Amino acid sequence: MSKAAYTDHLGRPLVAVTGMGVVSSLGQGVSDNWAALTAGRSGIHAITRFPADTLSTRICGTVDFIDIPVPNAVERSFAFARETTREALAQAGLSGEFGGPLFLAAPPIEPEWSARFELGDRVSPEDMTGNAYQEFLAVLRAKADPAFHEAILFGSISERLADMFGTRGLPVTLSTACASGTTAIQLGVEAIRQGRTDRALTVATDGSVSAEALIRFALLSALSTNNDAPEKASRPFTKDRDGFVIAEGAATLVLESLEAALARGARIHGIISGCGEKADDFHRTRSSPGGAPAIATIRAALDDAGLDADAIGYINAHGTSTPENDKMEYLALSSVFGERMPDVPVSSNKSMIGHTLTAAGAVEAVFSLLTMQHGVLPPTINYDNPDPAIPLDVVPNVKRDAQVTSVLSNSFGFGGQNACLVMTAEPA
Amino acid sequence: MTDNRHEVVVTGIGLVTSLGVGRQAHAEALLDGASPAPHTDSESFAPYTVFPLPEIDWSAQIPRRGDQRQMENWQRLGVYAAGLALDDAGLKENLEACAAMDMIVAAGGGERDIAVDTLIIEESRKRNDREVLLNEKLTTELRPTLFLAQLSNLLAGNISIVHKVTGSSRTLMGEEGAGISAIETAHARIAAGQSTHCLVGGAFVSERIDILVLIEAAQGLCKTPGQPFWNADGTASGVNLGTAGAFLVLESRDHAEARGAHIYARLDAVAADRGSRDAGRLEQRLARLADEAGAPAGGEDLIVVSGATGFPELSARERRFLGERFPNAPLRSQSALFGLSVEAQFPTGLALACLALDAGKPLAPFAPGEDATAATSPGTAIVTTIGHARGEGIARLTRMSS
Repeated sequence: MSKAAYTDHLGRPLVAVTGMGVVSSLGQGVSDNWAALTAGRSGIHAITRFPADTLSTRICGTVDFIDIPVPNAVERSFAFARETTREALAQAGLSGEFGGPLFLAAPPIEPEWSARFELGDRVSPEDMTGNAYQEFLAVLRAKADPAFHEAILFGSISERLADMFGTRGLPVTLSTACASGTTAIQLGVEAIRQGRTDRALTVATDGSVSAEALIRFALLSALSTNNDAPEKASRPFTKDRDGFVIAEGAATLVLESLEAALARGARIHGIISGCGEKADDFHRTRSSPGGAPAIATIRAALDDAGLDADAIGYINAHGTSTPENDKMEYLALSSVFGERMPDVPVSSNKSMIGHTLTAAGAVEAVFSLLTMQHGVLPPTINYDNPDPAIPLDVVPNVKRDAQVTSVLSNSFGFGGQNACLVMTAEPA
Repeated sequence: MTDNRHEVVVTGIGLVTSLGVGRQAHAEALLDGASPAPHTDSESFAPYTVFPLPEIDWSAQIPRRGDQRQMENWQRLGVYAAGLALDDAGLKENLEACAAMDMIVAAGGGERDIAVDTLIIEESRKRNDREVLLNEKLTTELRPTLFLAQLSNLLAGNISIVHKVTGSSRTLMGEEGAGISAIETAHARIAAGQSTHCLVGGAFVSERIDILVLIEAAQGLCKTPGQPFWNADGTASGVNLGTAGAFLVLESRDHAEARGAHIYARLDAVAADRGSRDAGRLEQRLARLADEAGAPAGGEDLIVVSGATGFPELSARERRFLGERFPNAPLRSQSALFGLSVEAQFPTGLALACLALDAGKPLAPFAPGEDATAATSPGTAIVTTIGHARGEGIARLTRMSS
């Protein structure tokens, strides 16, 4: 292969994906997830982690089948990330010290209520001042609590991953809300393009579903209340969609410069050809009415990949099933794809796995790569009442065989976060 | 690679600490010879001491009351300091420049509602069905907007809304390491030509009883008001948290010169790592990071701004290392005068170093009697932050003004 075959349209190193791992409410591992996803199965279920019978939303896509030593968001998020990273490294054929940087998308973590209750129980009566935090401080002055300290540090998940997998340098832990997983991949791509590394470990994990997390989103009217048939609650692009379903998951992608990957004989699962981002300055939770930032993000990803919109064969939508997102996403997509829009299949994995929040961008990047690899488009399930204002080919309800070589994956989040990826099949 | 790399320069400083608001206030307090007295509050959170927010008129950088109401002080402070940095760089309200500007924010989490949390804890003592209680109280007592005031990435989100910085928006987390990674990432992107101008920094509010818990869980807080930062045996006397909002505008030198911007300093290198701190491993790593950052041997032309947190032994090890690695270079104990500002610690250290490099005057000692006086304005600055639990970063900056 000539030198030029390893670089992109701007002369930058091409970035290959050589290993993938995934966990979602559908199961653990790439093959189980892909089988369930293409079978149109939903991972959404009734909440069992905490009592929810009095809450307006009683369904979720939590991952409850991975053992954790202590039930808190740090342990859970770490355990998911550990499992997906093991899978990805095994697939990449890498063992021993990873030797490249780690970019981790992790949920912004607050202390668990169980931990607050425990601290509260340790307060002696004479220290009860009527301010819970004064009381906690009195407890901690008497006896330090290293486990609690570690459980409330944002840096503790990447620390453990870095030690376990031998990554290099100071790991980056990031949050760009629902675009976090995409941002982690973007940081990995940038590091390889900078020439400071041949490989990067990009991980996104979210095991943060708790009563408080759920209630906070519910108070913003963001969640579906279709509780009676949980597997039918996430209904992207339908007329009766009423919010997203909160969920958990994780994904790891091993990124390598194509040249380094081929030099060691690695199998290439696809190329991350383009990353785009553009922040929205309109509102904290709502998008600019004209969709301009989302449009700019999609265009930036295409430009970065050196591709025209015509080259995209399939779109992995953000598709949250909220009234607002799906409308805005259609507006943005149709602005970019124009007359060709009806001919481009667009499906939402979230119809089956719910919204894995911090992990979503990376989980959906893995599914996008599998889509190209297998020549199968996963469906948008629960599409039985199409929204006439969103005339998309959503691959309704049933998977479809289709060879695609370029995929666009969208992520849009609170705080005006927009990030998109363009992925392509291995160059011939 | 080296030939194609872009020089990275600092063209905007937005700094708010207990000492005051803005670059000018800090220059006046720190470059006038004598050491300023620390501004501390040892009463509000006794037995702890914090470096409080100075008097500040939020409207100066956050003109709309509606925007102010959507935030608590942590986000307000960050948005304010970001606005100062943009102003200082001459880019405020330059819509074109801001729309293309990248942004990296080092963030923790926002303020808890202490009254609601207390209510729940007190009720929990009378009930066995605590999870049911939690649902009842959270559903009825939580303010919907508080969620957004707590979300880490909403500091950046508010900067986009208030100052129209929208080229990109990335929020990094992980205590002191977040501030290091933010600067490291911005530097790497500009140096590689991936970005031309970037707003980078963080904010931290110390006057939060919920955040004191973070450090006291490791029994790290100093409990003796008025205690000097350094003890006679070289250990530090514990952490006093410090409020700080610190943002920088970083640009490629070409980009800055093309628009005639004032350059405070060149950010030559940022080196960062983490790992075991046992048995000399920390010192070995710091030595490597100093080498990677291209740190010179110590001399009077050099100033070292140390972000030592105040944890007694950890700070002592850092001070010992810096003394050996940079002999004769005056050291400035950042936390003695400003407290520990966690995510904002490293950006604050860089902002202070830029002031010193640009001033043409020596920087006053931060810990009088411990920090050596400087005879001249430095030509090079080394800035360190060693995270209280993990993460270490070293930056090197060079004076650009003649």
